[in-house]
Amino acid sequence: MPAAKDTPLGKLKVYLGYAAGVGKTFQMLADGQAARQRGLDVCVAYFEPHARPDTIAQVQGLEILPHRKIDYRDRTFEEMDTEAILRRKPQIVLVDELAHMNIPGSERTKRWEDVEVLLQAEIEVWTTMNVQHIESLNDQVWQVTGIQVRETVPDWVIRQAAEIVAVDVTPEALLNRLKRGAIYKPEMVQKALEGFFKGSNLGALRELTLRQAAHEVDLQQSAYDETSGFQAPEISEVRPGEATDNQPKERILIHITADPSTAILIRRGRRVADYLQADCMAVFVHRTPEVSQLPASEREAVEKHLRFARGLQIETRIVGGSDVAKTVVRFARDNQVTQIFVSQAQTRLRERLRSRNFAENIVRLAEDLQVTVVADRSRRPGS
Amino acid sequence: MRISELPRPSPERLLKQVQAEESKRWGARLKIFLGYAPGVGKSYRMLDEARRRRERGEDIVVGAVQRQPSEELQALLTKLERIEPLETSGGQVMNLEAILGRAPQVCVVDPLAAENPSGSRNRYRWQDVQELMRNGVSVLTSVNLLHVEEYREKVQAITGKQTTETIPKSFLLAADDIVIVDVPTDLCLWRLGEKLTPTGISNSLERQFSELRELALLLTAEVVDAQLESYVHAHGIEPVFGTHERFLVCITPECNAKTMIESGKRNKERFQGELFVVYVQGPRVTDNERAAVESHLKSAREAGATTEILESNDPIGAVTEFAHQNRITQIFIGHRSQESWRDRFFGDPVLRLIRTTEGIDVRVFPH
Repeated sequence: MPAAKDTPLGKLKVYLGYAAGVGKTFQMLADGQAARQRGLDVCVAYFEPHARPDTIAQVQGLEILPHRKIDYRDRTFEEMDTEAILRRKPQIVLVDELAHMNIPGSERTKRWEDVEVLLQAEIEVWTTMNVQHIESLNDQVWQVTGIQVRETVPDWVIRQAAEIVAVDVTPEALLNRLKRGAIYKPEMVQKALEGFFKGSNLGALRELTLRQAAHEVDLQQSAYDETSGFQAPEISEVRPGEATDNQPKERILIHITADPSTAILIRRGRRVADYLQADCMAVFVHRTPEVSQLPASEREAVEKHLRFARGLQIETRIVGGSDVAKTVVRFARDNQVTQIFVSQAQTRLRERLRSRNFAENIVRLAEDLQVTVVADRSRRPGS
Repeated sequence: MRISELPRPSPERLLKQVQAEESKRWGARLKIFLGYAPGVGKSYRMLDEARRRRERGEDIVVGAVQRQPSEELQALLTKLERIEPLETSGGQVMNLEAILGRAPQVCVVDPLAAENPSGSRNRYRWQDVQELMRNGVSVLTSVNLLHVEEYREKVQAITGKQTTETIPKSFLLAADDIVIVDVPTDLCLWRLGEKLTPTGISNSLERQFSELRELALLLTAEVVDAQLESYVHAHGIEPVFGTHERFLVCITPECNAKTMIESGKRNKERFQGELFVVYVQGPRVTDNERAAVESHLKSAREAGATTEILESNDPIGAVTEFAHQNRITQIFIGHRSQESWRDRFFGDPVLRLIRTTEGIDVRVFPH
């Protein structure tokens, strides 16, 4: 969970959609208008200047804060002006596109980092994003749609949200909007139809959005129950989020290596841990006496993976040991781990080098521990 | 998986396909606006869509409106053509004859859940809608979660509200389009006349409504999943993996089935996913083994799993095929910590499984 949990924060509300044009910004602005009419102090902190006409109409009457102009490579870009918002200090600010990456030269690299600053200043933030920008869904989105999303937001940022709103529209209506030219410029439409907006992509992303929203709503209920002592009414089916048996809390250990598949492993482990409300940690084992003796390329890759894990709020450790599998299992035992996550890709690589592969060694040594071999989702099935 | 290896369509799927093709021949489409409670804005969103469609030239009429439309709704209704209901001694009923005589492209029915007065053509309004569609009229309609038969008990337990006007869930699953009208619980309750509260869940009423909201989101996801599956089958493309967690527990006579099934159940609940439990039966099986397997499968069904006995001489091949056909995302399998001479000779079956199941996680349970 976020480290800043105990500090007073502004509230976060996320409008979650599955594609451009579903109406996230429109709904956020409409709700903003309603809030203003109820007498709340609402400002628009960032608003796409290339917005669609009906969206622009929806912003009428709301105070729009000035953007910051940044010159980069002979062009002028507009970014949200976080300092100006802090000076103005409204009750609620509306910030479009949480997953946006700021232009180099900005104070912070990601817009969600700016949003964190606003929340710390106890300003309520309403924002928009698409499901494919959620970090832990990155591989699933790739597997389902073949689309690689680069601008992602860590799950813990979204988890802070006091409210998540699913902005839903049927893929058919969305495609009609697209073909009418209401989403992209006409010359872009064909490309969109062949790429992101094709076939079953929209349906799959839509399902992910609805399930993600349901999951977040469920977590809000658990959080409320914890603080208020609320007892949910007895329903025949057991509610998710409640302990259904006497199993002790699970503890997941992710084995980090230099292999590129480690990123998938980290995201998957984090996601499973979140759903099972399990603890999550990661370990890297070096066979050299000192980490510093690793070849530079390997060390860089490992450091990148460790940073990535820490960014997702996973505790990381580095330990030395000549037999990696034995060291991982011993570490797991010493730390009361119940489940070890290893990568399938890594299994394959080692298979070529040794007679007995790494995952097999782990499985045999683990004895009473469970081992999850995570699929290599960088390859789409059937492709 | 190759297209030629796609599973044969089940009778239900064939039936669904036939129904879908028939409604296409009639040209009628059903679109449902689903909400978790009154006050989410289903009617507004639906009538606003009707208005936009009319402005774009669609021939659209309003066949039924809710009893006391708000000012906002009334403003929208003035921009739409209405066909007045029939007044009977038992109350109002949609004027089917007038609508069919007028024969529009699209008819708005708000709400879908209603019991017609006795002596009407159909007992329920959803049957009126079916009649409209059989006659080639597309329908836009709104549904409140409370009125879905399969959710009635749950909603009642949460809110204490009762209803007799229900719609079978299968009606929703057969819709061409479904849209959830989602709105934060504080806003929904505010529209129903409650005091405005801060963003998030801040009292027990909002907590209850939040639960309804979760149910409505998951129901919509289920409908979308079913649509996705029929799309995939209709277009003969590869099954889509990973939108929804599906767990497959493989049990053998010697594995720790109890732990594995319990864990499968827990995962199913936490992920709101699906659980399958299979047993692969080889050529030789003792009565004792059969009894043990039967009792495991029984407890699996009690845990909400779909169970199956796969008959094959190649357990790993059978499991892999089943996993791909059912879009499994995680396989649970037991593993001996002692290596047998067979494994040394033929290769470890668990490892073989890991190698053959592309795109699926394998969770190994010791036994």
